[in-house]
Amino acid sequence: MESIQQLFEQFFGLEWGFMLFTLVKNLAYIIAIAVPLLLGVAYLTFAERKIIAYMQIRVGPNRVTFFGIPWLRGWGQPIADAVKALMKEIVIPTGANKFLFIMAPILTIMPALAAWAVVPFSAELVLADINAGLLYILAMTSMGIYGVIIAGWASNSKYAFLGAMRSAAQVVSYELAMGFALVCVLMMSQSLNLGDIVNGQQGGSMLNWYLIPLFPMFLVYFISGVAETNRAPFDVAEGESEIVAGFHVDYSGMAFTVFFLAEYANMILVATLTAIMFLGGWLPPLDIAPFNMIPGFIWLLLKIAFLLFFFLWFRATFPRYRYDQIMRLGWKVFIPITLIWIVVLGLIMQLPESVRNDFPYHLWF
Amino acid sequence: MNFQDIVFYVFSTILIVSALGVVMSRNPVYSALLLVLSFITCAGLWLLLEAEFLAITLVLVYVGAVMVLFLFVVMMLDINLAQLREGFWRWFPVGGLIALVIVAEIALIMSGSYFSLEEMPAPEPKPADYSNTKELGRVLYTEYVYAFELAAVLLLVAMVAAIALTLRHREDKKSLDVARQVSVKKEDRLRIVSMPAEKKE
Repeated sequence: MESIQQLFEQFFGLEWGFMLFTLVKNLAYIIAIAVPLLLGVAYLTFAERKIIAYMQIRVGPNRVTFFGIPWLRGWGQPIADAVKALMKEIVIPTGANKFLFIMAPILTIMPALAAWAVVPFSAELVLADINAGLLYILAMTSMGIYGVIIAGWASNSKYAFLGAMRSAAQVVSYELAMGFALVCVLMMSQSLNLGDIVNGQQGGSMLNWYLIPLFPMFLVYFISGVAETNRAPFDVAEGESEIVAGFHVDYSGMAFTVFFLAEYANMILVATLTAIMFLGGWLPPLDIAPFNMIPGFIWLLLKIAFLLFFFLWFRATFPRYRYDQIMRLGWKVFIPITLIWIVVLGLIMQLPESVRNDFPYHLWF
Repeated sequence: MNFQDIVFYVFSTILIVSALGVVMSRNPVYSALLLVLSFITCAGLWLLLEAEFLAITLVLVYVGAVMVLFLFVVMMLDINLAQLREGFWRWFPVGGLIALVIVAEIALIMSGSYFSLEEMPAPEPKPADYSNTKELGRVLYTEYVYAFELAAVLLLVAMVAAIALTLRHREDKKSLDVARQVSVKKEDRLRIVSMPAEKKE
């Protein structure tokens, strides 16, 4: 690494060489995160189809394979789907606003990828170890809604606009509950840095994970995450039985696929954040011999996969929420629960040291 | 000119162009989106000033929540441009006068000595463990605690007032009681009747 830096500094001078070296290095890191992520997205769609198929006593995709290897049947499906989407025409409706129509999918996937900049994959492995990592993630995920609204408006279609309206109201309301749930996490960890949040959960076993003292917040955060990503049972923004396909009804080909990719990338992001905030990130469940020999990155992947399975399970199990029920759940159930929990947590933190040690919560503070 | 200067000029140019676009654009949706762009570039400038908490909060609050609702309202408006331009020249002198007064006020403040370059030097690079968020919280909850609490109460009052203004009890509307819906049992709704089989004539 240092020899490459010296090479840059020889060519471009000391200051500019360093700047260019940083730029190239960060670009390489970004590619190293984004490419596996997009591969993960592709195989998440395959996993979704397979898992839901088995839950419904079907087989799922079982044809496309690589080089005719019989035991890989079905595994080529996401690649074949991607090729198909690339080949298809992007139809732009006559009445649409062309510029915004093309911009909308880009605006949807941009924050879904940008948020990964601060996600730590293990104790040392993080692209940008910034102080306000949690805030940065909240800011990025809150920008994802623009793509949906702009898509709905630029399509110049009533169905699309209805989908955009539903989605905007839903995402803005669930963001509040999500933010308040995260306030509890940062009250416990006393840091906005994601690495520090995981380190705050260290200590021998999974009893120290924030999952246990903050269990209601875990539920609120995860369910709000499902609502944020517009997944079933909160997928009223698409609602194909009511408003055809919602905001992306007029999209086809790659433009549609980008929306699709962004949805799955957001799912993986929510699962990763839940794993980091509540399930101890890269920490093993028990700090004893067979568990702590496995590298932390693998533990994080296992936790993400476990949470992603819930996303797919929800979709196969629950019928779609009615719109007013979604709003009720967000505003009248989740936000009061989180507000009360913040006050309770604050009171516990203010207890004198001696009382707090007798209190069952002393385990976690 | 070093790297930071280039970043500053790029962000400033985008900020000025997009801010001009907000007022010049004919399409109100473009105006709202350009305002979003100017917020984001503004946040970039604040990052250069090492105010990362304020920068990210600007994006989180204004871009993530306020402008979403704003954009939303703007999209639903049906704006007739011809009607909007009616009487433009009649009101032009008033508008121009107000604009001049505002420009003069801003110029008077900005040219004061307390905004000079000596008074406001570039921020010193902070050590790695310095947390902007902690520092801001400490100041807010100690020195400025009364002003802070007062602002919070003001916001709460505004929120309650807004809800109270839109709240009206309608007699003709059927409302659902979710607690009653949930507590319904099978016995309340369903009656199983045992009937002897009937012969088909």
